[in-house]
Amino acid sequence: MTREKDGAPGFLTTRFEALLAWGRKYSIWPFTFATACCGIEVMGAFGTHYDIARFGAEVIRFSPRQADMLLVAGTVNYKMAPVLQRIYDQMLEPKWVVAMGACASSGGFYNNYSVVQGIDKFMPVDIYIPGCPPIPEQIIDAIVLIQKMIETGEPRARDRWPIKI
Amino acid sequence: MTEELKNIVLQKLTGRFGADIVATHSDFGDDTALVRRERIVEICTYLRDDPDLLFDFAMDLTGVDYLGEEPRFEVVYHLYSIEKKHRVRIKARVPEEDPVIDSVIPVWVGMDWFEREAYDMYGIIFRDHPNLKRILMYEEFEGHPLRKDYPKARRQPTVGPQE
Amino acid sequence: MAEIEAYRREAGKLDMQAEPMILNIGPSHPATHATLRLIAELDGETILKLTPEFGYLHRCFEKESENATWTQVIPYTDRLNYVSSLMNNVGYVMAVEKLCGIEVTERCEYIRVLICELSRIIDHMVCIGTNMVDIGALTNFWYFWKPREEVYMHLIEPLTGIRLTTAYTRIGGLMWDLPDGWVEKCRDICRNVIVPAIADVNALLTKNRIFIERTMGVGAITPKEAIARGFTGPCLRAAGVPLDLRKDEPYLGYDRFDFDVPIGEEGDTCDRYMVRMEEMRQSLRIIEQALDQLPEGPINVDDPRFILPRKADVYENIEALMNHFKHVMDGVQVPVGEVYSATEAANGELGYYIVSKGAGGPYKIKVRPPSLPLFQGMPHLCEGGMIADLIAVLGSVNIIAGELDR
Repeated sequence: MTREKDGAPGFLTTRFEALLAWGRKYSIWPFTFATACCGIEVMGAFGTHYDIARFGAEVIRFSPRQADMLLVAGTVNYKMAPVLQRIYDQMLEPKWVVAMGACASSGGFYNNYSVVQGIDKFMPVDIYIPGCPPIPEQIIDAIVLIQKMIETGEPRARDRWPIKI
Repeated sequence: MTEELKNIVLQKLTGRFGADIVATHSDFGDDTALVRRERIVEICTYLRDDPDLLFDFAMDLTGVDYLGEEPRFEVVYHLYSIEKKHRVRIKARVPEEDPVIDSVIPVWVGMDWFEREAYDMYGIIFRDHPNLKRILMYEEFEGHPLRKDYPKARRQPTVGPQE
Repeated sequence: MAEIEAYRREAGKLDMQAEPMILNIGPSHPATHATLRLIAELDGETILKLTPEFGYLHRCFEKESENATWTQVIPYTDRLNYVSSLMNNVGYVMAVEKLCGIEVTERCEYIRVLICELSRIIDHMVCIGTNMVDIGALTNFWYFWKPREEVYMHLIEPLTGIRLTTAYTRIGGLMWDLPDGWVEKCRDICRNVIVPAIADVNALLTKNRIFIERTMGVGAITPKEAIARGFTGPCLRAAGVPLDLRKDEPYLGYDRFDFDVPIGEEGDTCDRYMVRMEEMRQSLRIIEQALDQLPEGPINVDDPRFILPRKADVYENIEALMNHFKHVMDGVQVPVGEVYSATEAANGELGYYIVSKGAGGPYKIKVRPPSLPLFQGMPHLCEGGMIADLIAVLGSVNIIAGELDR
């Protein structure tokens, strides 16, 4: 692939990257880490009415090695956090993280000794879906936003992690 | 239930155990008996085996923290009889400096995890329990969360990946 | 453990040093419906010893409820058994009403029966659907998800405002009345969507050779063992014990309705499936009768100590404003005492033990989850069987982590 004199990618490189992005965005394989009530809405999103297979995210892989999007649906507490951390570490690049629901985004209305106040306390999150539980259309919206992120090549949250203020 | 049969549970209990039954009441339709904790296994065995009572189903076991009262903790058992279709609640007070009470697993084997949870949440120790470990919180957790002096929103150190 | 000792002895005779293999069926596993952990010691594929572990979804319901008012606890109860959240709401407010001594109106009772039976149907659909996915029959999942979507979109969402976590009941009544056209829509969905779905799944599974091979005789339990371990609900009825709180201790006027309670014989996975299918049909009978008999009238008790005043009065009248303020800021004033109230939830007996010290919020609430004794009985159901049977049994026992961990 050629590069211009100032280091910018040449014509062939950008075409190839666009092709890669097109392939990636229409075949996102989610790993649904469904712990609680949001898990039922995830099952609804993958169901026949709010069909998410239309967007290419049909193949749910229950092995982190085979998935590229981690969809954390439900409350994560201090007992479960190490399990989630291990699963995130086992996933291969490139990977995206979606925090679904109020509990995964910020602890929800559980402000107590056992619930982690949002998974972004220990992992970078790309998309937050608000709601308790969010309706399946919001999950479809999150998939579309991730597709836009892939298409434009926007830097993921992982590239800005950890956030230094 | 006819008038004579009402409170048969409390009548038989007080008739058999006398002074060990510290107090009884039937507020809101629930028969309740506060008993001395030393006799809990005998009382439960009697409740299970007596042909008029037949409490073969142990529904629930929990602890309550009455902070400020002495003795501080109370262990509450809810029992149900499938044949006779009546219920009873048995309570036993346990002081803070010696929070030990006998385990009722020999009477109803299903009380195993309820007792572990009462230990995890309140710190009540059940003598002769085969496996008294934490059940809801993770192993390294310190403290007994449902006690009234444990702050609700305390943050924990995040432990690393467990084996 | 006796089997492990026997295992080691047999291996020692062959002059081998053998240890059973420990397999961790971890908290993140598709078949555990999230957040359950089972540690199995295996000899080949046979399970010698099974240790269940939970607590991965402990969200401190009891501690949160101690810092909330009586009405603020209702959203926390939704998230206990999140597939049938309306039943948890009904169970909680029934316990508080027992403590306060309130008798709800007749229309409120009928509506509560309707929503409880609809929740029971959708809970059984989730249980059977996900159980079949684990066994390998994926089509039933889709067949049962369509009626669930219909019930959510056309019945529960117009009624409560949200699909899943409803918080619909209030102490002394309900949030608001049935919207227009709800009764006809309910009848329509029951007859035209739920009945064909149950018939479809029945046609696919009940006489299916593979299903019968995988579920008959798997995870059987005797009635005596089931009672000793505290089983309730469909698992107990599948074992042959005719215990159903709707018949034995009728609440909400269930003795007005004519329905049967299915009882199984063996207590194995196939019986649990059959009991749940039949319970769905009986629930449809109750819904039809309740829709026919639904009376007119108010849904809330006419008592300003428990019910918020009308909004029009709040804006015009100072007493109503003060009443509203006290309700929202301090909470309903409930008398001192303790009470235990149980309802027949979809999974078994859901009990609430409430201790009140007369304040605006509870002193202690303990939820007796129906899934806890069931999960505790898993070793008894699975030891001696194989790993594949463990997965089938775990799905049929219907453990909902929300209520197990609270």
